[in-house]
Amino acid sequence: MATAAGTIAAPTTESVVWSWITTVDHKRIGALYGVTAFIFFLIGGIEALLIRTQLAVPNGNVINAELFNQLFTMHALTMIFLAIMPLGAAFFNYMVPLMIGARDVAFPRLNALSYWIFLFGGLVLVSSFIFGGAPDTGWFAYQPISSSQFSGSGMDFYVIGLMILGISSLAAALNFAVTIINLRAPGMTMMRLPVFIWMTFIVMFLLILALPVLTVALIQMLFDRQFTTSFFLPEGGGDPILWQHLFWVFGHPEVYILILPAMGVVSEVLPTFSRKPLFGYAAIVFAGIAIGFLGWAVWSHHMFTTGLGAVQQAVFSASTMAIGIPTGIKVFNWLATMWGGSIRFTTAMYFAVAFVALFTIGGISGVMHASPPVDQQQQDTYFIVAHIHYVLVGGALFGVFSGLYYWWPKMTGRLLNETLGKWNFWLMFIGMNLAFFPMHFLGVSGMPRRIYTYDSGLGWDFWNLVATVGAFILALGVLFFIINVFKTWQQEPDAGDNPWDAPTLEWATTSPPPEHDFDVIPEVHSREPVWYMRDHNLTTPEPEPGTHIHLPPPSYYPIIIAFGVLLLGLGPLSHLALTALGVPVIIYGIWGWTLEPTE
Amino acid sequence: MAAAEHQVEHHTTTGIDSRKLLMWIFLGSECLFFGSLIATYLIFKGEIDLPPFPSETHVETAYLEEALASGEITEVHKHLCHESDEAGISVCEGIFDIPLTSQSTFVLLMSSVAMVLAVYGAQHNRPMMMKSWLLATMLLGLIFLGYQVYEFRTFGQEGLTLETSQFGASFFVLTGFHGTHVAVGVLILGSLLLASFRRRGLGSEPGFQVETAGLYWHFVDIVWIVIFTVLYLIPA
Repeated sequence: MATAAGTIAAPTTESVVWSWITTVDHKRIGALYGVTAFIFFLIGGIEALLIRTQLAVPNGNVINAELFNQLFTMHALTMIFLAIMPLGAAFFNYMVPLMIGARDVAFPRLNALSYWIFLFGGLVLVSSFIFGGAPDTGWFAYQPISSSQFSGSGMDFYVIGLMILGISSLAAALNFAVTIINLRAPGMTMMRLPVFIWMTFIVMFLLILALPVLTVALIQMLFDRQFTTSFFLPEGGGDPILWQHLFWVFGHPEVYILILPAMGVVSEVLPTFSRKPLFGYAAIVFAGIAIGFLGWAVWSHHMFTTGLGAVQQAVFSASTMAIGIPTGIKVFNWLATMWGGSIRFTTAMYFAVAFVALFTIGGISGVMHASPPVDQQQQDTYFIVAHIHYVLVGGALFGVFSGLYYWWPKMTGRLLNETLGKWNFWLMFIGMNLAFFPMHFLGVSGMPRRIYTYDSGLGWDFWNLVATVGAFILALGVLFFIINVFKTWQQEPDAGDNPWDAPTLEWATTSPPPEHDFDVIPEVHSREPVWYMRDHNLTTPEPEPGTHIHLPPPSYYPIIIAFGVLLLGLGPLSHLALTALGVPVIIYGIWGWTLEPTE
Repeated sequence: MAAAEHQVEHHTTTGIDSRKLLMWIFLGSECLFFGSLIATYLIFKGEIDLPPFPSETHVETAYLEEALASGEITEVHKHLCHESDEAGISVCEGIFDIPLTSQSTFVLLMSSVAMVLAVYGAQHNRPMMMKSWLLATMLLGLIFLGYQVYEFRTFGQEGLTLETSQFGASFFVLTGFHGTHVAVGVLILGSLLLASFRRRGLGSEPGFQVETAGLYWHFVDIVWIVIFTVLYLIPA
C-alpha cells in the first residue's frame, strides 16, 4: 500500500504488544481503558486506606499532615478522573457499537487517541508524588490556597494533568456522540436505544459542554501561577469566588457524568434478571435528560457558605431539590421493573439492587444539604463525605461492578464465579456501609473534613474506628473480585452468546465478539431485539458468501499525537523547550494521520 | 464499483456525514469555551478603577495621584490621563482604538466571504476558484493576525499587560485564544491548499472537506463579532 512521503506505513506486524499499541478496535480500546482504570482504582483505594489508617484512632501518627493533604486530594482526583470516569469509558467503548449494531465507532483512530492521551494525563497526575509532591489543596483547588504563593509544584501537575485528561474526554465525547447519532443499525430508532446508550449519550453532551469551562478555569489558573496574572488572587484584584463558580459549573455536571453511566448499567441489568422489559422506558430516558439539564442549574449549592445572597441561595436550593424528581422517577421505575418479575439473584443483580438502595440514601442526604441553613451546618463536615461516598461508591462504583459481572462473559467469553461474586458483593456491601454510614454521625457531631488527626474525647473515636474497619472490609471485597478474575481466567471461554438471556443487541453476537462485531448488521424491530428474535423464532441471518467486511487498519498516529500532547503539557512542568518540541510532533502526527489510507 | 463502495462506506443513520456532525458538536463545545472567557472579562469589566481603561473614563485626580504614589499605576499609565475642565477630575483616554479594530474586523468579515466562495468552487468542481479563494481567505486571516499583533504591541507600550490589571489579563487571554483559533484556521486552510496541489487534488470529496473547514472558519469569525461588540463597542 503506497504511503505519502514521510509517513509511516500502517503496522502489519503480528507482535502482540504493537498490535495493542496501534489498535483502533473499540473492544480492545475498551479493554485498555478498563485495565488502566482498574489499576488507577487500586491506587486510589490504597490512598483511601492510608487515610483511614491514619484516622482510625485519635492522634494517629501513621502519616504526617503534608502527606495526608496530598493523599485526600489525590484520592479524589484518582477516583474521579482516573477510575470512575474511565471505567465508564471502558463500558461505553466496548458496548456502544455492539448495542447499537455498528461495526466500530465513527472515528476509530480518534478513539485510540483518546485512550493514549488519558493514559499519559493519568501518569502525569500520579507522577507528581515523585516529583516534589502531589496536589494537596483538595480536588477542587480553591483559590488562593492553590496559588503559587501557598502551594508547591503539585498544583502545576494538577493543572496540566487535568488539561490533558480534558482533551482525552472531549475527543471521546465527540466521537461517541457522533457514533450514537450516526451509526445505529437499521430500525434502531432513538427511542429503541438501550437505556445504557441513552445515559452515555447524555453524558457525552455533559462532557462536551462542561469540559471547556474547566479548561478555561485551568488556563486562568495556569496564567496566575506562571504568567503573573491575578484572575483569582485577591491581592492583585482578582476574585477567588470566580474560580469556585467556574469549577463547579464544570464540577456539578461532572457528578452526573460519573453517575449516569451507572444508572444506565442498572437499567440493563434489572430487566434482564427480572425477565421483563424495563418499566417506563420513556420516563427513565426523559428523567435522564431532565437530570442532564438540571445539572447545569445547581452548581452554586457547593457555595452556599460563600455569601451568595438570599435570592441566589433560594434559587439554587430549589433547583437542587428539583433534581430529586427525575431521580425519584428513575428509582420508582427500577422498583416497578422488579415488581412481579421472575427475579434471578446473580451477582450482577445483587450489585444493581444495592445500587438502587444505596444511591437513594445518598440522594436523600443530598436533598438535606440542598437547604442552605442545613448546609451551613454540614458544609465541610464528614456528613458531606458520607453523602458523596454513598452516591459514588454505593452508586457509581456498584453500578460499575454490576456491569462487570453482567458483561464479563460477553467481553471474555467466561462467566465470573458466582460464589466468589457473592463474597465480593457482601464484603463490599457491608464494608461500604460500615465505612460511610458512621460518617453521617461524625459529621453531625462536628468532625470537619480533611483534618489529618483529632483529639480523643470529642465523641469521634468509636465511629472513626468503625469506618476504618469498614474501609478494609470494602478493600477485601475488591480483592475477591481480583481473585475471581484470575480464577475464572483458567476456564474455557464457554459462556455462550447469551448466558443471561438478555434482550439487547450485544448478546446477538458471539462472546467475545468477532473483530467486526456482527457478521451481518442486524435489523432492529423492538426495544428488546434479542427477545424479539427469540419470541418470533428468528435466527441471525448468515452473511452472503464473498462479503468483504472493511475494518479500519491499525495506526501508529494516535500514540504519536498523544505523545506530542504529553510533551506540550510537560513544558510548563519542566522546561518550555519540551512544549516547543511537542508542537512539531503533533503537527507531524496530524499530517500522517490525514494522509494515512483508511480504505 | 469503487464509487458504489464509497457510498456504502459513508452511509449514516441521519444521512449527515459523521465528520461534519463532529465539527458541529465541537463548535458547541467551543461556545462554552469562549463563553467562559467572555464571562470572565465581563465580571472584571465593572471593577476597573484605574488606567488603562477600555474607553474614555473620568477619574478623581487625587485618586490617580494616590495610586501613582502607592505604585499601583506607573507614569506610563498616568500619561493616559489629563486634567479636565472640571476641577479635581481627570479624563483618561480609552485604550481601544475602535477605527483600527473596525478595519481588522472588516478584514475578518471579508475572509468569511472569501471562504464562502472557496466552498462554492470546491462544490462546483472549479479547482482554480477554490484554490484562489482559499489563498485569499488565508491572507485575510493573516492580515487580521497582523492587526492583532500590532494592537497587542501598542497596548503593551501604553502600559497594558497581563499583570497590569484584571482588564489586561482577561482581555489578552480572551483575544489571545481567539487569535490562536484564527492561526489554527489558517493552518487548516493552508493544509487544504497544499493538499489540493497533489495530483489527485483533495480526493473524491473536496467540497466536503472545504465546507467543514469553512464551518470552523465562520465560527471563529462569529466569535470575533461577539468579542468586538461586547469588548469594544459597548461602553463601560
